[in-house]
This record gives sequence, structure tokens and C-alpha cells, in this order.
Amino acid sequence: MSDMKFSKDHEWLRLEGDIATVGITDHAQNALGDVVFVDLPEIGREVAQGEAIAVVESVKAASDVYAPLAGRVVEVNSALVDNPALINSDPTAKGWFFRIEPSGALPDDLMDENAYAAFVETL
Amino acid sequence: MVPFAGYSMPVQYAPGIMAEHLHTRAAAGLFDVSHMGQAELVGEGAAAALEKLTPADVQGLKPGRQRYGVLLNPQGGIVDDFMFSNMGDRLFLVVNASRKHVDLPLIESVLPAGVTLRALPDRALLALQGPGAVAALATLLPDVAALKFMGVWAGDGMIISRSGYTGEDGVEISVPAEAAAAFARKLLALPGVLPAGLGARDSLRLEAGLCLYGNDIDESTSPVEANLVWSIGKRRRMEWNFPGAETIRNQLDHGVTRLRVGIQPEGRQPARGHTPIQAGGATIGEITSGGFGPSVNAPVAMGYVAREHAADGTPLDLLVRGKGLPARVAPLPFHPHRYAR
Repeated sequence: MSDMKFSKDHEWLRLEGDIATVGITDHAQNALGDVVFVDLPEIGREVAQGEAIAVVESVKAASDVYAPLAGRVVEVNSALVDNPALINSDPTAKGWFFRIEPSGALPDDLMDENAYAAFVETL
Repeated sequence: MVPFAGYSMPVQYAPGIMAEHLHTRAAAGLFDVSHMGQAELVGEGAAAALEKLTPADVQGLKPGRQRYGVLLNPQGGIVDDFMFSNMGDRLFLVVNASRKHVDLPLIESVLPAGVTLRALPDRALLALQGPGAVAALATLLPDVAALKFMGVWAGDGMIISRSGYTGEDGVEISVPAEAAAAFARKLLALPGVLPAGLGARDSLRLEAGLCLYGNDIDESTSPVEANLVWSIGKRRRMEWNFPGAETIRNQLDHGVTRLRVGIQPEGRQPARGHTPIQAGGATIGEITSGGFGPSVNAPVAMGYVAREHAADGTPLDLLVRGKGLPARVAPLPFHPHRYAR
């Protein structure tokens, strides 16, 4: 997935045309364990970079999911409401959280796949 | 691995909390709970001495039997909850890891001459829990098959009680530390037995409606508020000679202002510990334990609510991240106990 970018909050982002699809990484889902609930943002919401806009709850704990870039939420993955386990089974495809139409350039601290893998190694 | 009460403990193994939980309910899970405090009380009058601190009926407990009790402070608050067994010539105690530094000196302080408290830091504790637990263990130790719920067997340096913290049939096995790892490997080699961590232990006990010390009970909660009146012995309720007896008698006669209840959130969203509980816009309590119940396949919680909101079915709002999550007071346990009575 060479077109994927990663944040230090263990989220991934894939820019296709004008729209960025966002989810949590395999490392993140593995650390959370079995996901049982997600709280997704409202469509149309304007979000700032780094703003907590979704929540993922596992058997263990609740964690915030942040907007990795500023923009407007244009779509959410409603399949997660009935089947949050998709986040565990397919975190970087069917387990996506939301889509954002960016309001500016991508933040420059996003990592590519190799840099993210190296970052995870340091944890 | 996470730090817990000074120990490094496994939260989960590779299969994860959900799988470990469900496997324990379906077959058998092995938990290393060696962090729990173990001790023995020896000497003429040991049971009477322990009754100076607990409202449980210790003197009436028959040899080979185990019972649950609470230690109380002079205000009737719960210093700890614990298990005690009559081993014939001694009492065997299991207390919480986080409280052993409080409990043991407290017990020591009430002992008459001739009664000795001995901490047993060199004993490990393994919990083998689930419907397949006793049959599996009986292939190694046939005697345990004859135990009933809360029965205790001693032999080969071990103390085995048919009890646990999951709501399932099963045993807790006290074993000398130097023999523990080899014995745990033997248990893990039995058919149907898989290791389970602290995470599954917590979700299992929560579904079973069992209290976690420090979350659901502490020195500020009384056994009446905590709905643990059943742990007070009948004889003790005539003698009223335990710490806080006056307070507790008053609470039993006139009621308490708050009660521990089960709480079932509607929908799928869990409400965790410390979530405020509201009714009609007013805060009337707080969640003390909450999460997702894998066997119930829904969120489950317990907490304290004002007495007038404590009846089963009473609607509540749980304030999760600023939003009211609808919930109801629910009977405990969430998942039926399956003890070998």
C-alpha cells in the first residue's frame, strides 16, 4: 500500500482524488484487542487536525480516534456499527472509519509505510 | 503484560480477552492469580479471633469448607473481601493482592496469645475455571471430583477449593511456588485447558456480578450498600459484635441511601468505571465497573445508585463522553452462575 500514509496516533490515511479515507493501523487494532463498539463522527462536521472525532471501544478500553488532517467529514463506515469486528479482521480496508475532504495540504509529519514500521519498532 | 498491585501480570494471551472469556465459559481457562495474598491462622481460638474483624460466621464453618467474607473497619466500611477455609487444624485465607499489606497487620493486631498468623508468600495460586475444569483436573487428582462448591481438599502440598471468580464451576489451587510452573504446564496440557489473563478474569467476574475490591467496594462502602449482606452470618446478626456493627444494624433496620446494582446499557456502547449515573437530569450515582460482556454479547456494568432508583428495570442515563446513554438497573448476575452445589 504505497499510497498509504500513517500518523503517530496509529492511524492510516489513503488519499484518492480529493478524499482521504482514514482508519486505525494493524498495530493499533492489535493493541486494542476485540473491538465491540465505535462512535463515528457526524457527516458534514468540520474537523481540525488532531481533533478527537471518533471513539473505538474494545473489551479492554475506550480510545479516541483523531482526524489526521483538517477538513470536512463526507462519509462514515456505517458497516462498523453492526460489525465493529471488521476493525480487527481488516483494519486497513473494510475496517475504515471515515472519509474527509481535506481543507488544505496534508500534514507533513505523516509517515510512509516503512517509516511507520520503524516508528512502531521504537515503541 | 501490565503492572498490577506490584506484579507483572498478563492482561491477555494471543487469542485475546474475548476468546479467553468464551473458552472459559465453554471449557476451561487457567489463570495465574499468584498475586493474591495467602496466609494461615493457627491456634486455639483462631476462628473467634478472625470474627473480631469480619461479620462472617467463621466459627460455624465446618472442616473442609470455604466461605466468603469481608473485613470491616470501625465505621462498617470494607477493608477487604476474602476467602477463608477451615483446614481442620488451621484457617487458610486468601486476600486481595492490593490489600494484603493492610489485612495481615490488621489481623495480627487482634490475635490473642496462642493464635499465629503466617503469611504464605511462597505459595502460588492457580485458578482453573470453567465447566470442564474439574473433570480435567480429576484426571491428575481424582479426589477433587468429589468436592462440592466451596469444598476444600488438601494433599500433595496443595490446597484446592472448588470455587473461583468467574461464576463458573472450577477450582483454585494453592501450590508451593517452586512447584507452580511445572504444575501449570501439566494443567495446560490437559484437554480443553487454555491460559486466560487478567482481562478475561475481569469480564468473567463482572458478568457474574462479583465485586472487585478498589472498584466496587472499598473502605467507604458498607456490606449493606454493596449488597453483600448474605456474607454476614446469622449468628453474627444476633450478636452484633463485629466492627461497625451499630452502623450496619442501623442500615439493615432503616435502609441505606445508596445500593450496588447491576446496570445494563442499551445498545452496544460500554460505560466504564467512574461514569456518572443520572436520572431526570440529576446525578444519582456512579458506575464502579463496566465493560463489554462477551457471553452476554452486550455491555454490562455495576455501580451505586440512590436507593429510590435501585429497583430492577429502573431507567437511568449514563453520562458517557458528555452524552446520556440510556440504561436500566438489571438483576445480577448478568450470566447465570454454574456452581457445583
